[in-house]
Amino acid sequence: MTAMSTVPWLTILGLIPLVGALVVAFVPGSAENAKRMAIGFSLVTLVVGVIAATQFDRASSSQFQLGEQHSWIPQFGVSYSLGVDGIALVLILMALVLTPICLLAAWHDVPEEAGPRGGQRVKTYFALILVLETFMVGVFAATDVFLFYVFFEAMLIPVYFLIGRFGGPRRQYAAMKFLLFSLAGGLIMLVAVIALYLQGPGGTDGFLIERLTGLSLDPTTERLLFVGFFFAFAVKAPMVPFHTWLPDAATESSPATATLLVGVLDKVGTFGMIRFCLQLFPEASTWATPVVVALAVLSVIYGALLAIGQTDMMRLVSYTSVSHFGFIVLGIFAFTNVGHAGSTLYMVNHGFSTAALFLFAAMLVRRRGSKRIPDFGGWQRITPALAGIFLVAGLSGLALPGLSSFVSEFLVLVGSFPTQPVAAVIATTGIILAALYILLMYKKVMTGPKPEGLVGEREHDRLDESGRRGLTAVRDLTTREKLVAAPLIAAFVVLGFLPNLALNVINPAVDKTLSHVQQAIPNLNPAGTVAEGSSK
Amino acid sequence: MTAVAPLALPTLPAAFQQSNVDYLAILPLLIVFGTALIGVLVEAFASRERRHAIQVTLAVAGLLAAAAAIILAAKHQGLTMGLTDGSTNRQLFALAIDGPALFMQATILLLGVLGVLTMAERFGGVGPDAFTPSGASTPGSATETAAARAGALTSEVFPLTMFAIFGMMLFPTTNDLIGMFVALEVLSLPLYILSGLARRRRLLSQEASLKYFLLGAFSSAFFLFGTALLYGYAGSVYFGDLSKAIAAGPLAMNGLLVPGAFLVFVGLLFKVGAVPFHAWTPDVYQGAPTPVTGFMAACTKAAAFGAILRLGYVGLDTGRWEWTNALVLVALLTMVVGSVLSVTQTDMKRLLAYSSIAHAGFILVGVLAFDRKGVGAVLFYIVAYGFSTIAAFAIVSLVRQNGAEATHLSQWAGLGKRFPVVAGAFAFLMLAFAGIPLTSGFVSKFGVFSAAIGTGGATGTVLAVVGVLCSAITVFVYARVIVLMFFSDAPDDAVEVAIPSVSTTFSIAIGTLATLALGVLPSALLDLADRASQFVR
Repeated sequence: MTAMSTVPWLTILGLIPLVGALVVAFVPGSAENAKRMAIGFSLVTLVVGVIAATQFDRASSSQFQLGEQHSWIPQFGVSYSLGVDGIALVLILMALVLTPICLLAAWHDVPEEAGPRGGQRVKTYFALILVLETFMVGVFAATDVFLFYVFFEAMLIPVYFLIGRFGGPRRQYAAMKFLLFSLAGGLIMLVAVIALYLQGPGGTDGFLIERLTGLSLDPTTERLLFVGFFFAFAVKAPMVPFHTWLPDAATESSPATATLLVGVLDKVGTFGMIRFCLQLFPEASTWATPVVVALAVLSVIYGALLAIGQTDMMRLVSYTSVSHFGFIVLGIFAFTNVGHAGSTLYMVNHGFSTAALFLFAAMLVRRRGSKRIPDFGGWQRITPALAGIFLVAGLSGLALPGLSSFVSEFLVLVGSFPTQPVAAVIATTGIILAALYILLMYKKVMTGPKPEGLVGEREHDRLDESGRRGLTAVRDLTTREKLVAAPLIAAFVVLGFLPNLALNVINPAVDKTLSHVQQAIPNLNPAGTVAEGSSK
Repeated sequence: MTAVAPLALPTLPAAFQQSNVDYLAILPLLIVFGTALIGVLVEAFASRERRHAIQVTLAVAGLLAAAAAIILAAKHQGLTMGLTDGSTNRQLFALAIDGPALFMQATILLLGVLGVLTMAERFGGVGPDAFTPSGASTPGSATETAAARAGALTSEVFPLTMFAIFGMMLFPTTNDLIGMFVALEVLSLPLYILSGLARRRRLLSQEASLKYFLLGAFSSAFFLFGTALLYGYAGSVYFGDLSKAIAAGPLAMNGLLVPGAFLVFVGLLFKVGAVPFHAWTPDVYQGAPTPVTGFMAACTKAAAFGAILRLGYVGLDTGRWEWTNALVLVALLTMVVGSVLSVTQTDMKRLLAYSSIAHAGFILVGVLAFDRKGVGAVLFYIVAYGFSTIAAFAIVSLVRQNGAEATHLSQWAGLGKRFPVVAGAFAFLMLAFAGIPLTSGFVSKFGVFSAAIGTGGATGTVLAVVGVLCSAITVFVYARVIVLMFFSDAPDDAVEVAIPSVSTTFSIAIGTLATLALGVLPSALLDLADRASQFVR
């Protein structure tokens, strides 16, 4: 099933940032230098990732490719086995693109401290982000359930330190909450992982996904195992009612951490639903669909309503993600090719659009010194360029046609309508709510009277000495910030007009997952008809 | 009782038979015992200036030699030290040199090396820093001051440790109840003394020692009483006879078997600190000198679990249904009480004590798998936990304020910012205790839980689920320590990390590296543990 690769691309992809993290953390030198090295390592990883992607055969993207397999803990049946199908590949590429952007955006997140070792804190911060990149590659590339679990859990540790050490005033609370929620989900999954292995053929490579696919499980066992896995992914994704850790974690952590947390890490939850819940437990997945879909719709609406009510900008953005994750889960559990493809594309697009919202909002927050929306107002006159990119990010968040999110949201709704018409109709109102929370925020932040004492730098230059009195000039976008914004906005537009770039890679993998489900549940008719309809 | 057909009582051999001893098989034991005796002589004859160095060198050399001798002994596995009764063809051997025994011996020896090296820490003083110069004096008395002024040494801790190690090695090796009792006492008595020898907070230390001694004496009495009942049941104290007698034994005699088995288990469960026999653990762990605590936590657990395995899998295996339910209950209680109570602890040593109780519960889950895989998992767990715990206690002994150990949790605030390496190592060990992947703690937990789910049936699954939930609780505890060290700001009267000598640095480094190595590449040790999981009968 897995096409082996002569060059261990995926291991290399994981190793570069890890080596980079060690170099950044331990090689003496100035903090500035360490930051540059961190960006360098992440860019090298991206380049290697792109090269690896060219080795990927799109025609057979339903198979795991670029595979590697070595025996790791034969006593437990564990292999070090990596490989990517179309879904994993696009998610890895998204992570590789986001990391350098986040590193660049994080340039001034951590102030250098005084003293001979003052730069160490900065170095640690950048090194931890690189460590996280290693785990992000690993978790999407693992084709062994145990290995996936190892990455899934080990990933928490760098994030825990990133939130707890480099966050806001309530960071201790947020870090602890994040860790406990994630571990509680993960440990329940551990029992399911062990039990799954025991249901499988066993042996020294019994944890490989391909060995565990298509088992004829006893329905009760299968459902219990499904619940074990799903719980962990629902906490991770996060779905209502397991979402309460996310706003705290995202608000209290630094913007770059929040971006990677919501943009990439949470995708492991929805990715896991496709890769594990649906593929390994098809019968149980259809059994659980009514509840899951109900939770998904609840997440869409409830997340959006909460977002409308927020006064903290970061908190607002994180609640919009709860809403978006509802769409993704809805698309997955619609069991149609269109819905699946839409969800996978949604994961990628949401990664970019949420990154844009978090990072651009952070640019505003840094200038104003406050996250509270009421503290802003009239900022499009102070920082017009920043207001512009913020608007683009917001429009992407509300899925404006022409921008990438529109394609995926549309696909999810079209894909889920045949099987879940009621849910699809209710979820559609989420789009209206999205327009509300984004545009209301834009209105409050960017329009209206501007706060006293602040003035844009151009206007500041025009004023004479007496006119400047009592006024503080606010800089518009710096070059570094433009570099952060450019690739994100480019991604919106490119994926908005040419979604097939990603969909061509995603589709065969999606078809394969659904064919597993259809093999197990032959009478899953609606999915079958839509699958045929879409492939024409 | 008259209605019951009497079991065949042992017929004494007609003539004196010489005991059959394979000296190479018990060479490791002999080396350690010999080293301990030499240590006593050194104590008597060596000059004060050189005594510390000689004792440490001797102990480490003895332990390493014994560890090397294990390789030799591994070629001479089997029952030894006893005789074969010609008339009944019964094998009456006191020692079983088999995979689990040798694995435990090697574990205890290697952990013992690290323990001794930690105890040897002097911080620039003349004698071991953690130990009082005159253990017998009243705390604060003139005798004590005089002893300190005269520069008295406590280098007798090294021979005492060697005796304890000898007892620990013997414990999982013995093949009969009387031998097991002797081993239990040999390992316990030196530990009672060592617990009371702390240099600072001596009253707490002496209280710990007394508590440990009294409760230990009680548990020994339980063990002996159980032995008597089992002898009454089977007519023999040898595990082989016991097992056969239970297999053939009439139900009417269960009045002896059930309480006997129960009481013997009480004696052993006391040593691992299983609930409800755990009450001594926090007090003793807190009061004992920190290097002793680490040594005790790692090695006593190894020895006692070795003995529990042998008793459960060889001696009382045929009567399993009589005692399994009780042990399941103990395992559940141990996990829950250990993890829940660790949440409220404010002292680092007490926190680690409750953590060790919770770990004892996890290991019991592996014991209750009743399968070779379970034995292998238990063996692995004990090695992994031993290395982590010795390193953790060694680090605790370094964190100081005004020359004394700062064990209150609040004193550890901000440690990570000021001493990133030490705090980083400690945080890593905490993650291992919590069972995060890529540490040995995860592999250990995975091993015992998968053995329990695999062969323990519904009970095993329940145990594993409870174990997982308890792990989640303990994560909070360990994460809180990390929060304190890394995310909080240091108070004004911040603690210092004493600069350790090479020996302590070595133990911490080895303990931490082993924790990492066994987490990333565990298959070699898993393989060894698996091959060593077969008991000889």
